[in-house]
Amino acid sequence: MLELRRDLYDAIVAHARRDHPDEACGVIAGPAGSDRPERFIAMDNAERSPTFYRFDAMEQFRVWKEMDERDEEPVVIYHSHTATEAYPSRTDISLASEPGAHYVLVSTRDPDTVELRSFRIVDGEVTEEPVTVS
Amino acid sequence: MAIEVRIPTILRSYTDGEKAVDGKGETLTDLFDDLDTRHSGLRDRLIGADGALNRFVNVYLNDEDVRFLGGIATPLADGDVVTILPAVAGGSAYVETTAA
Repeated sequence: MLELRRDLYDAIVAHARRDHPDEACGVIAGPAGSDRPERFIAMDNAERSPTFYRFDAMEQFRVWKEMDERDEEPVVIYHSHTATEAYPSRTDISLASEPGAHYVLVSTRDPDTVELRSFRIVDGEVTEEPVTVS
Repeated sequence: MAIEVRIPTILRSYTDGEKAVDGKGETLTDLFDDLDTRHSGLRDRLIGADGALNRFVNVYLNDEDVRFLGGIATPLADGDVVTILPAVAGGSAYVETTAA
């Protein structure tokens, strides 16, 4: 299960809407081992594409280094799909590289409906989990 | 010549859980060959069949992306720090991939 603070949930959705029709992406860091997302970090989509995202390599280096120094880890890795459902694509699954993270997907295909779901992706296996917002 | 290599979570199965290991080599290619002698299989996760760096693996020499240095042929010096990070990428489109 993913427990997400209301402001973090809103920040993900706002970022996804802002970058639509391109895919938006980012991280929520939290204390290592806590499973508690706390620090919202919107990342650049280096691909600037409506169908693909990739963290900018230098930005990722800086953010990962900073998390390391603060004894944090990427608790949530989020991105948007802008024309399809909020479910991991084959590409999302094959590239998932943080087995400890909650992979949050948000779809912006309908401007009036919020579609946000969370998954674990480990060794090519996708498991959806409930999201509670408080 | 000792070079510190920082290993991401997903590849620590090759290093008995260690976050960092030491290696040696004149270039990144040499370093990965050296690491593979003690951490068998690690090299194949970093380098593709074409001999180039895996498209979805980022490798940094100190604070720079090796793609903007010499790629896999980037020369190394004693005391360098090499950081490996799998790219965080994906998306709704189908992309031919070999992940880290």
